[in-house]
Amino acid sequence: MVTCVNDAMFPETGKAVVALLRRLGVDVEFPAAQTCCAQPMVNTGYLDEAVPVVRTFVDAFAGFDAIVTPSGSCAGSARHQHGIVARRSGDAGLAVAVAETSPKVYELTEFLVDVLGVVDVGAYFPHRVTYHPTCHSLRMLGVGDRPSRLLAAVRGLRMVDLPSAEECCGFGGTFALKNADTSIAMGADKARHVRSTGAEVMVAGDNSCLMHVGGILSRQRSGVRVMHLAEILASTEDAPFGAVVGGAR
Amino acid sequence: MTGTFVGMPAFPVAARAALGDTQLRHNLAHATGVIRAKRAAVVGEVDNWEDLRLAGAAVKERALLDLATHLEELERTLVAGGAAVHWARDAAEANAIVVGIAQGHGVDEVVKVKSMVTQEIDLNGALAAAGIAAWETDLAELIVQLGGDLPSHILVPAIHRNRAEVREIFLREMAGAGRPAPADLTDEPAMLAAAARAQLREKFLRAKVGVSGANFAVSETGTLVVVESEGNGRMCLTLPEVLISVVGIEKVVPTWAELDPLLRLLPRSSTGERMNPYTSTWSGVTPGDGPQEVHVVLLDNGRTRALADQVGRQALRCIRCSACLNVCPVYERTGGHAYGSVYPGPIGAILNPLMQGTGDKQVDSLPYASSLCGACFEVCPVRIDIPEVLVHLRSKVVDAHRTDTVPSAEAVAMKGAAWAFSDARRLGRAERASGVAGRVMKRMFGVSLPGGRSASGKLPGPGGAWTSARDLPAPPAESFRAWWQRVGRLGRQGGGGS
Repeated sequence: MVTCVNDAMFPETGKAVVALLRRLGVDVEFPAAQTCCAQPMVNTGYLDEAVPVVRTFVDAFAGFDAIVTPSGSCAGSARHQHGIVARRSGDAGLAVAVAETSPKVYELTEFLVDVLGVVDVGAYFPHRVTYHPTCHSLRMLGVGDRPSRLLAAVRGLRMVDLPSAEECCGFGGTFALKNADTSIAMGADKARHVRSTGAEVMVAGDNSCLMHVGGILSRQRSGVRVMHLAEILASTEDAPFGAVVGGAR
Repeated sequence: MTGTFVGMPAFPVAARAALGDTQLRHNLAHATGVIRAKRAAVVGEVDNWEDLRLAGAAVKERALLDLATHLEELERTLVAGGAAVHWARDAAEANAIVVGIAQGHGVDEVVKVKSMVTQEIDLNGALAAAGIAAWETDLAELIVQLGGDLPSHILVPAIHRNRAEVREIFLREMAGAGRPAPADLTDEPAMLAAAARAQLREKFLRAKVGVSGANFAVSETGTLVVVESEGNGRMCLTLPEVLISVVGIEKVVPTWAELDPLLRLLPRSSTGERMNPYTSTWSGVTPGDGPQEVHVVLLDNGRTRALADQVGRQALRCIRCSACLNVCPVYERTGGHAYGSVYPGPIGAILNPLMQGTGDKQVDSLPYASSLCGACFEVCPVRIDIPEVLVHLRSKVVDAHRTDTVPSAEAVAMKGAAWAFSDARRLGRAERASGVAGRVMKRMFGVSLPGGRSASGKLPGPGGAWTSARDLPAPPAESFRAWWQRVGRLGRQGGGGS
């Protein structure tokens, strides 16, 4: 599951996941029928609107061993919210299908560490990096230190701790628009903490959060770049990020 | 003196004003930071904290599952202990009962223990209308009352004030409340507390009627429990001849033994202490000791409405510790007043709509006053899944508008998104269109993100909500979907190793 945000806005992240998983010997498929996990509808209160989207999801992913996604938030949505949507629909068939797909959904770092059993993915990224644990990967999924362990094994990477790392960046889906002032105030504090680390790159496992903080960092002309974790893990000495995925972002 | 929140604007509007108050932002960031750290330290030293949370949640759940039975038992045991029990459906009934009792004793003042439920029903306003002064005796409530202000936090109602502001309020207002503050008053906490103490001591000794809430009401024994830090509560509960306690019906705890986990969870979660300084318990009247006339007003005021909501009813487990406020990144930046209720923060964002129902613009804005980061659920001592209830209440707000003749722009957008997301071919067409838009944006703005990708500057119209302070990456020329179809599926992305 590449996610709608990555599909439409951040295709390089999807390409990085494909490159990384293939390098690790995984047979990767992108079911073309996939669209979105329905989280934007569910979290804004539009449960009826979410029903056909969840139906599309379970149809697209039926039959796969594992559904891997570079987003803690979308994985959380599939694992914790699809059941709520199915119950709302009153469609027993949908509930059964959701019960089939939901447990097979993995956030990328869960899949790498728990299913593939790797921590060193052979990546090379010679830069100063700070990591922001996104709320849904941290608290809804409980990915714990998996991302940090994966990053620690990347050759050349210098990790700098982010102050108040576990505090929300303020994205929050439609919260970023409905309560834009509060969202920006939270994001500005996150950006301040990121800049205080002196890191070249802020990394996280959710591009929507990165789009928010990255948008603020860019407006501030901070020079700090935001990157999805998958892009760093995909990067190797022979094929540094960019070359791996075919061109600059 | 205490006003009410009637007429407050919706959360985003109130939040904008609060965010512009730099002194408020500073006071809140400092105060919530200090309490957060204290809580984390004392919770961290308990080995079985998660077991304790489960036990606390189970006790409250058991009480709520058979609430009517426990309440009837509570009434019997209270009456057997010599207390008078009154039932109030709403704020007006509760206020009328309390005012009536006070008037029956011919008093023109009462002393009050800090109590959320009496703030909820604006009892002070009702007493004032009857010519009866209600003196708040908790230090922070006194600051709020003297300042003609509203509480902004459940535990620390004057959290939005710093000590310099408290000094000014005391110098300006204390004379009008009985005893002027010393002319040489500084902003030293000990001196401020001493001024409040001198002011309050006279009232404790003089008052004939005390008013309290209760943290817990044990139905098995007919015992009310008040947990506090300053000792003012103990004074109000023991010195007056008459004691009136207003108690929300969700405060019931079936047995004395079941107080155990709750009394261990509460202080560590609220003040960040291992144990609170004062825990007062009383079971009706004790002849010759303490108040000889004890009244208990059992209040509904929307609690049965909340109980009827299968997802939302868990909010009635709340023990008012305010741990969720202290960790909430939204609360920390906007403060409590923006929520327009005596119950602010994450718990207020669910309690208010659950107790009042949806349909009011201000109340309906509260479930959206959250980024759903989940920090509140993580610290809640009785495991209220606040994000789950927030999302549930959002769906109730949306459902209430499904019959509107003119749908909102948001509803139209969500229906459009659902249509596009129900069929990947539609989504693919939309992505191709956005790729074209991306190329246009590149020419128009000439802004680049670090790394070289082009981005938008400030956009007009609805896009402005995002771009007022955030650059927005331009849509890529090719979506992932299109790339996969073109080369990705063939395994020819190149350079990746395999």
